[in-house]
Amino acid sequence: MQQYEAGNYDVIVIGAGHAGCEAGLASARVGASTLMITINLDMVAFMPCNPSVGGPAKGIVVREIDALGGQMAKNIDKTYIQMRMLNTGKGPAVRALRAQADKNEYQHEMKRTLEEEQNLTLIQGMVEELIVEDGVCKGVITKTGAIYRSKTVVITTGTFLRGEIIIGELKYSSGPNNQQPSIKLSEHLEQLGFELVRFKTGTPPRVNGKTIDYSKTEIQPGDEEPRAFSYETTKFITDQLPCWLTYTNEHTHRLIDQNLHRSPMYSGMIKGTGPRYCPSIEDKVVRFNDKPRHQIFLEPEGRNTKEVYVQGLSTSLPEDVQHDLVRTVAGLEKAEIMRPGYAIEYDAIVPTQLWPTLETKVVKNLYTAGQINGTSGYEEAAGQGIMAGINAGLNALGKESLVLSRSEAYIGVLIDDLITKGTNEPYRLLTSRAEYRLLLRHDNADLRLTEIGHKIGLIGEERYQAFLAKKEAIEAEKERLRSTILKPSDKNVQELIRNIGGSELKDGIRASDLLKRPEMTYELLETVASPETPLDVELKEQVEIQIKYEGYIDKSLQQVERLKKMEDKKIPENIDYDAISGLATEAKQKLKLIRPLSLAQASRISGVNPADISILLVYLEHGRIAKIANE
Amino acid sequence: MDTIAAISTPMGEGAIAIVRLSGEEAIPITDKLFSGVSGKTLAEQGSHRIHYGHLHDPKSGQVVEEVMVSVMKGPKTFTKEDVVEINCHGGLVSVNRVLQLVLNNGARLAEPGEFTKRAFLNGRIDLSQAEAVMDLIRAKTDRAMNVALGQMEGRLSRLIRRLRQEILEVLAQIEVNIDYPEYDDVEEMTHTLLMPKVNYVKSEIQELLQTSQQGKILREGLSTVIVGRPNVGKSSLLNSLVQENKAIVTDIPGTTRDVIEEYVNVRGVPLRLLDTAGIRETEDIVERIGVERSRQVLKEADLILLVLNYSDKLTKEDENLFEAVKGMDTIVIVNKTDLPQQIDLEKVKQLAKDHKIVTTSLLEDQGVNELEEAISSLFFTGSVEAKDASYVSNSRHIALLNQSLQAIEDAISGVEMGTPIDIVQIDLTRVWELLGEIIGDSVQDSLINQLFSQFCLGK
Repeated sequence: MQQYEAGNYDVIVIGAGHAGCEAGLASARVGASTLMITINLDMVAFMPCNPSVGGPAKGIVVREIDALGGQMAKNIDKTYIQMRMLNTGKGPAVRALRAQADKNEYQHEMKRTLEEEQNLTLIQGMVEELIVEDGVCKGVITKTGAIYRSKTVVITTGTFLRGEIIIGELKYSSGPNNQQPSIKLSEHLEQLGFELVRFKTGTPPRVNGKTIDYSKTEIQPGDEEPRAFSYETTKFITDQLPCWLTYTNEHTHRLIDQNLHRSPMYSGMIKGTGPRYCPSIEDKVVRFNDKPRHQIFLEPEGRNTKEVYVQGLSTSLPEDVQHDLVRTVAGLEKAEIMRPGYAIEYDAIVPTQLWPTLETKVVKNLYTAGQINGTSGYEEAAGQGIMAGINAGLNALGKESLVLSRSEAYIGVLIDDLITKGTNEPYRLLTSRAEYRLLLRHDNADLRLTEIGHKIGLIGEERYQAFLAKKEAIEAEKERLRSTILKPSDKNVQELIRNIGGSELKDGIRASDLLKRPEMTYELLETVASPETPLDVELKEQVEIQIKYEGYIDKSLQQVERLKKMEDKKIPENIDYDAISGLATEAKQKLKLIRPLSLAQASRISGVNPADISILLVYLEHGRIAKIANE
Repeated sequence: MDTIAAISTPMGEGAIAIVRLSGEEAIPITDKLFSGVSGKTLAEQGSHRIHYGHLHDPKSGQVVEEVMVSVMKGPKTFTKEDVVEINCHGGLVSVNRVLQLVLNNGARLAEPGEFTKRAFLNGRIDLSQAEAVMDLIRAKTDRAMNVALGQMEGRLSRLIRRLRQEILEVLAQIEVNIDYPEYDDVEEMTHTLLMPKVNYVKSEIQELLQTSQQGKILREGLSTVIVGRPNVGKSSLLNSLVQENKAIVTDIPGTTRDVIEEYVNVRGVPLRLLDTAGIRETEDIVERIGVERSRQVLKEADLILLVLNYSDKLTKEDENLFEAVKGMDTIVIVNKTDLPQQIDLEKVKQLAKDHKIVTTSLLEDQGVNELEEAISSLFFTGSVEAKDASYVSNSRHIALLNQSLQAIEDAISGVEMGTPIDIVQIDLTRVWELLGEIIGDSVQDSLINQLFSQFCLGK
């Protein structure tokens, strides 16, 4: 193949899935000229699995992406067919939005955004090789011989790396949804010295909606109240489509039992590690065989298609079994499968080979994001994508990189977990992975991250000014409630308290303290202590949460503060752990492998105990003092 | 940095023991507990001065100790931080009560070598000592680990593991509700469902605090019974122990004056002499309440001092006593060696089996040292290091159990207030983590190391 010089860029992004799109846009928006290369332009922002975005923890990531100036939130806000707020009965920390996407629309909208973006070039091509000189990545070479040069490269290949689809006894080389897999790039990464692992994931069959008898299922409508992921969205889609709930039954389970020997999961054909939290239906039936039924959600894939995603029926059983399987389910007796479910195995890199910026330790100026780093989920991919894009862009422009901490964002938790602890299975974000869950709320993503987004140039001036005004309004209202004293002589107040079943006031009370009572809400309080001009719903919510949970929030903040000193203690990259005699052997090995950048990160490595951390601290201080003494 | 605390004098027989605090909160914490004769707070007073007064437990309002408190404001201190040294009566009981008090009021138990480490980090110690500091941390940690490993086997860790498992199941249920809100697999955790669970956890923690045997000993002393036939010298033994060892605790909640006098410290081992009033009056507990009932009394004791008469033959009653103390921590005292021997010592040895035998003449003050030695070695089996570490691990357990209790109480009040479950869960998770720290289990697989590294030798 004759090669040719095809162009020079600051940043090249390989792949245009959910990680790639955010990476490309972020890089372009920080001011780096960016090239995005994808195997198939018709697959931009494709959803090979659920046609949905968000959910617990993940939905908060989407908000964080928006606060940083990313695209996922805006894109889904324009293309959803249904929107729901989950966990409304629980505390503010675990509320999360989830949207059902119009799958095709989502892709078109994202593709258009990429095409319109200044500084961004989107092309079709298959990257087979990286240009690496002296351990530094300097560009890519495609299958067609095009050489693109750049200062930094981001790889976001999803499940394409040596992808293999498995359906029953059938196994063939393929990317998701029968796309061309990327084989040479995977081999090339191995040659460069990357350690790869084999992971597996799967998807259920899609059926034709006209063959579903919805009368046998339960309707699952969207929320009536308008909701949006993006802080900038003002237009809401009111015409929503419902999802439908049905169940498997004993017939389903018997059929699976009878055909288990044909399941690649149990015949040993699948070697990759699948996620525990997202089991196939055959896994569920085998592992929880006392459960009489499992939930199946029927999710429309869009407004202009009849395809329906059968959530809960992820399977790699043979196609003939899938037909029978689907038809055991109430409402699906006559359902026609349009695409069969399948399992897919793919290569991922061991994520402990990454720095917190998502730059690889193996090759400089090379970044990876998304499923290639061992995660699963569009939101996890997008969250890494935006960070990799920002850092690849900032690096190319010679600017300081950006790392989010565990107390700032779920994105910080996600990346720190990956690079510090690694993962044995496709990694999914769960709210329990965050130790500061109460700080990382859905409602305050903008308060946490807009400042950062603005600083790196992803948040424009207009939005930033609006944000500052919002912040000020929240503080002003909190202050007003703190300084407003409600007296026992105020009949309205007493009546309100009586009405909600509280004990009446005996002494004067600050409005803010009254709000802390369990049965009190801002809306109620407002009726007896209203501000001059009423606040937006969003502001009311914010004020209420900040005041009501102040005690708990403060506790979390204190924890963060305690850890901050450890976060601030930096470990030099060239530290020689072998020279520190006191360290335990296991700790030494782990530290050499992970190469943590701060004492706090070191303390999160399993196998590194507090005595090791103490010793490390003394050693670092020793070095610092010695340096000062020498100078 | 946190404020750290530890006992900075050797454990055991010293007349005075010192609890040292270092850190920003050292003075405020002590001020919460201390009331001096001058009536001023320590913060208001000059540095490098010593103050006389009493420590109170802010929870109960009761006086815990009579103390001398030295206040040294940084940077002219060992660690360059604010340092407070609380001088209290020697012996395990008082010094531990003081340590527990400061730990319950905001200080954290120091890690091995941590005072020295801070001194170094704050630039107090010469550069050349850095290596030594690292070695010190490693050595102390490893030594503490060995002792703790031995200790952690057993009932306490089993109970904690079980309790943690139960908590974990509740946590998991809450988590599933949050992360998979639409799945009907798991019952939704409600306040009504959670209430009995958190109350159960609280009662288990309280139980752990109470039954933690060493904890009980440190709080209350070894309950000790002196038994023997009439006229073998039980009163003399009691008087001798009381005279030799000044009573150290002047104020134990819920005890009578009589018992206070019988609370003695033998080489750092706190003894609570039971029913000694009875001994004084009737001279014979066995005779007075009958063999069956005396067995009952004996069963509740931690330590039995069985007294025999050197100048008399063994009787059936003596043999009955041996039978009654079978399997219990017992020291056999053959008293009255000042008189001619009548007793068959070989027979005594047979009857005593593994129990330690000490011969004394309490009248002539002979053998009392040996007796004290026997008591102390019974309590502190092993080396002096083991003694320190076992005391420390115990202090640590109690501090962590107290913190767990606080956290579960927070969780309970959250449930009572109707706070969202996922927020109550923050406190419940904290309980789980704290209990995990006691047995060295935590989220991370290797956290067992953490337990051991947190032992403090305070120097």
